[in-house]
Formats: sequence, structure tokens, C-alpha cells
Amino acid sequence: MPRKATTTGLTFSKVEPYLYLAPATILIILVFVYPIIEILHTSVLQNTASGIKTLGPANYRLVFQDPVFWGALGNNGKLLLSVPIMTVLSLLIAILLFEHVRGWQFYRSVIFMPYILAIPVVGMTFVYLLGLNGILNTLLRGVGLGFVTQDWLGSAKWVIPSLSLVIVYREMGFGVVLFLARLMSLEKEILEAAEIDGANWWQKHVYVTLPQLSGVIEFFVVVELITMLSWVFAYVFTMTGGGPGFASTVMEFYIWKHAFAFRSPGIASALAVILLLVTSTLIILQLRLRRGSMEDRL
Amino acid sequence: MKTTPLRFRLRIFLSSIPTQVILIIFSLVAIYPIYYMVVTAFKTRPDWLRNQFGLPNPFIFQNILDALGKGSIPLWFGNSLIVTAASLIGSTIFSALAAYAIARFRFRGKTLYFNSMIALMVIPPAVLILPLFVLMVNIHLVNTLPSVIIIYSGLLIPFSIYLLVSFFRSLPSELFDAAAIDGCSNLDTFWRITLPLSMPALVTLVVVNALFVWNELLIALVFLQNAEVKTLMPGLTLFKGHFTVNEPLIMAGTLIATIPMVLLYLFGQRLFVEGLVAGAVK
Repeated sequence: MPRKATTTGLTFSKVEPYLYLAPATILIILVFVYPIIEILHTSVLQNTASGIKTLGPANYRLVFQDPVFWGALGNNGKLLLSVPIMTVLSLLIAILLFEHVRGWQFYRSVIFMPYILAIPVVGMTFVYLLGLNGILNTLLRGVGLGFVTQDWLGSAKWVIPSLSLVIVYREMGFGVVLFLARLMSLEKEILEAAEIDGANWWQKHVYVTLPQLSGVIEFFVVVELITMLSWVFAYVFTMTGGGPGFASTVMEFYIWKHAFAFRSPGIASALAVILLLVTSTLIILQLRLRRGSMEDRL
Repeated sequence: MKTTPLRFRLRIFLSSIPTQVILIIFSLVAIYPIYYMVVTAFKTRPDWLRNQFGLPNPFIFQNILDALGKGSIPLWFGNSLIVTAASLIGSTIFSALAAYAIARFRFRGKTLYFNSMIALMVIPPAVLILPLFVLMVNIHLVNTLPSVIIIYSGLLIPFSIYLLVSFFRSLPSELFDAAAIDGCSNLDTFWRITLPLSMPALVTLVVVNALFVWNELLIALVFLQNAEVKTLMPGLTLFKGHFTVNEPLIMAGTLIATIPMVLLYLFGQRLFVEGLVAGAVK
């Protein structure tokens, strides 16, 4: 289209980029901006004796007095602890695969498989595997550890570690593939130089490989921290229903409960605002990470 | 290899044993739940009770037939296909247009817009569902497929814009200069040059986003409550509720739900990996 001056004095070329942004922006406003404004508003509405809603902190007061809320927040906190575990395990496997052992491509494909399974499918399968007569207990009995067998998902004490195990199971595939891709792009000369200088396996990887992977490790850790706060609903819903009692209730699940089972939109909104604030702290990390090399070019 | 002394080859072989053992253990752990799902789907229930971990004996196909016949799995499967396809088409076109503007134009607010997209990738869907539900009730879209199609399309946009901006910026600028000199309008350049050259990035994006939409549970659960509009994931949880005491039938259901993503993975493993790694490895 030719660049014509419009009647308002704006040139078409000035407006053009905004036209391209318009459809995406409308959806973003509908799906993100409007709901966030709504929960901020709903969370500070309180019922009064006269039946008229006024502004006030009643919902937040109720939430802060609710032990289940603190338990849910604590459960998300405990799930964050599985991030270092899956990071270290993924790194170990990726480095072993990188050394080009026989069949490394096969191992990579197999270890990545769990990541493409749907979380509900993983959850529904692990309900059997972690049950009283599941594989875990059968293996424990087999090696003479029968006394530690448990109903892993039915025990208030073990339910969060068991959920973590399942999450690590699925997310590790992503970590391994990610780290391996970065390893394969490293320059071989540096590692060879370290070998010539007499570095052993441990020294070579701790002092030479890991520092070069710091960027991708940071990326994985941030993505997984976000996952532990924002994307664990499906595990909890399909494996434990938040139980036993409220022992495995996480923030997402508790918001959903208040919104759709208890029908208390005020409380659900207050919970949602709190979760939003918690995840917002990760935005700073996320921005630092994703901007990186694009800073100079935009 | 022929000239390598035997003793040396033996040493290499022996030194790789610990590595092989670790990798085999992790592979077994990774594959076991999948193996369990597959073998259980072909067992009778008495066989499953007797023998949880071995191969099916007798091997039966009845669970698969029942899963396809008794529940609404074929219907839900179809709904999932419609929702996934529609969400991908919507989000990809809108994101590509926006990413093109960000990558190729200078305009006020560009950096802010791009940073906002990165920030939005962190927002949990659980925060958004209640106001969206009220909205969908008011515009009479609740319990219809368009409700989740709109929401998924919106949720996919921040990541899609992020991925496409970085790809569009990597295309050689000479091409765009040449197009401009030849009198191509910006929209022409977008359709005829940018998009065709970006096929690898677009395919990767579609594969990764398909995985997300196909596997999503929370939003589908909230917005599609009637059995006839459910997608596969909430459908499976309903199916499980109905047939709690028939474990092989449930595993047959989960197996059917898994097949499309496994096929996508087998045919496009490289694309999966590229999509997931995109943005992390520079």
C-alpha cells in the first residue's frame, strides 16, 4: 500500500505496526488484562449487613486466618524443592549422554518420552504405581524393605514428596534434552585442553563444562520454578484431589475449589491475587533471562 | 577401529559400564509407567489383579473396544482435535502479525510491549479462570468449544510472539530491503517473504503449542462441564470416575488419548526438541 497522508495528519506507516498488533492485543486484553483487573476488584469487595458490597479487606483477613491457605502456600514452597533435584539429575544424565556412550541417541529419546505424556495420563498411571500394591511397594518388599511400604498418595506425610517424584519424573526429560542441546553446541577444544592439562572427569565438568552451561541452567530453573507455582493443578487434581484432607492442596487447586466448589468468589479472588504476587517475583528473573541477547537489537 | 589394540578397546568398554548402568536405570524408570499403561490396557481385570507387572495373559483387545464404545471417548477425541486446531490457527496468525510488527518496525512502546509478553508468560491460568468464567457465562459461551478456543489462543500468544520475534529478527534484512525496492507493501512482504521463510519456526511453534492444548486440564474442566462438549483430558477424569473398578479399561482410555502426541513426537522429534530449546540456547 502506498504511504498516504491521512486526514488527521498521521501517515499510514505510523499506524501500520499498531494494526498488526491489534488482533493479538485484543485477545491479550480479554484473556489476561481484564481478568487481572477483575480479581483485584473482586478481592476487595466485602458484604455488609445491609447487603450492599463495600470496599474492604475482609476477604484477605479471612484468607490469612485460614490454615488451609498457609498449608497450600507451604505445599507450593515444598514443591519448589524438587527443582534443584531435577536440575542436578538432568545435568548428570545430559553429561553422560554427551560423552557419546554407545546408544546415546536411543537413551535420549527414551528419557524424553515422559515429557510428551499428558499430565492427567501420568497422574492416573502413577495412582496405580504408588498404590498399596503398586510397583514401588512391590520393589521395596522385594529388597526386604517391606516395613517402609506406604499408601504413598494417601499419607499426609508422604503425599507431597510423592507428587514431587512424579513431577521430577516428567520434567526431567525436558531438562536432559535442553542441557544436551547446549552441550553439543560447546566448543570441543576447551574440553580437550582441560584433558591434556590432566583434569579428571569431575574437574573437567565442574570447572569447564558447568560454567559454560550457566545460562541454560538458569533458564531451566526459572521455567521449572514457574511450573511449580503455576502449573501443578493437573497433577494434584488427578492424583490426590488435594487430599488426604487438605494435605496436598496447592494454591491453584485451592483457588479452583473456592471459585467453583465452595462458590466464594471473594476468597477465590483474594487467593488469586496472592498467587499472582508470588509469581510476579519471578517476572524479574524471567525478563533478565529472556531479554539477554535481544536487548541490543530491539 | 581395526588398528586399535584389543586391550585398549577392552578398557574403553569396561570404563563405560558405570555410565551404561546409570543410563539403563534412568531409561527403565522413564519407560516403565508407559509400559505399565500399555500392558494393562490389554489385560483382563482378573489377570491385572493377579499379575500387575507382567505381560497380558490372555492378550485381549476388548478394553480398547469398550473404551471406544462405552464412554464418549471418540466424541471427546474429536472435540480435542477441533479445539487444538482452532486454537493453533488463531494464536499463530495473530502472533505472527504482532511479531512481524515488533521485529520489522520502529514504533513507540515496542520494548514495553515485548517485555509485557515475556512477563505474561509467568501468569498462572488459575488466576484468570474465575473472571473468564463469569464473562463466558454472560456472553453465553460457557459449555461451548469457542470458550476454550478463545482462552487457549490468548494464553498461547505471549510465548508465540516471543519465539517468532527472535526468529524473524534472524532473517537477512537484505531480503526485506530488496522487497521494498521492488515495491512490495509491508503486508505483502509479511505473506510472501517472512512467512514462507519462517516455516521451520512456525512448524516448531505449532508442535509445541499442540502439546500444550491437547494436554491441558484446568481450563477444559472449568469451561466444558457438559459431557458432550468435553475434550479428552477432562473427559478421561470423568471416564475414570465412571469405571473406577475397571483399571484396565481406564488405562485403555489413557492409551488412546496418548497416541496422537506419541505419533507427533515420533514424526517430529527434532521439532519438539527445537521448540522446547528455543530461546534457551543461543
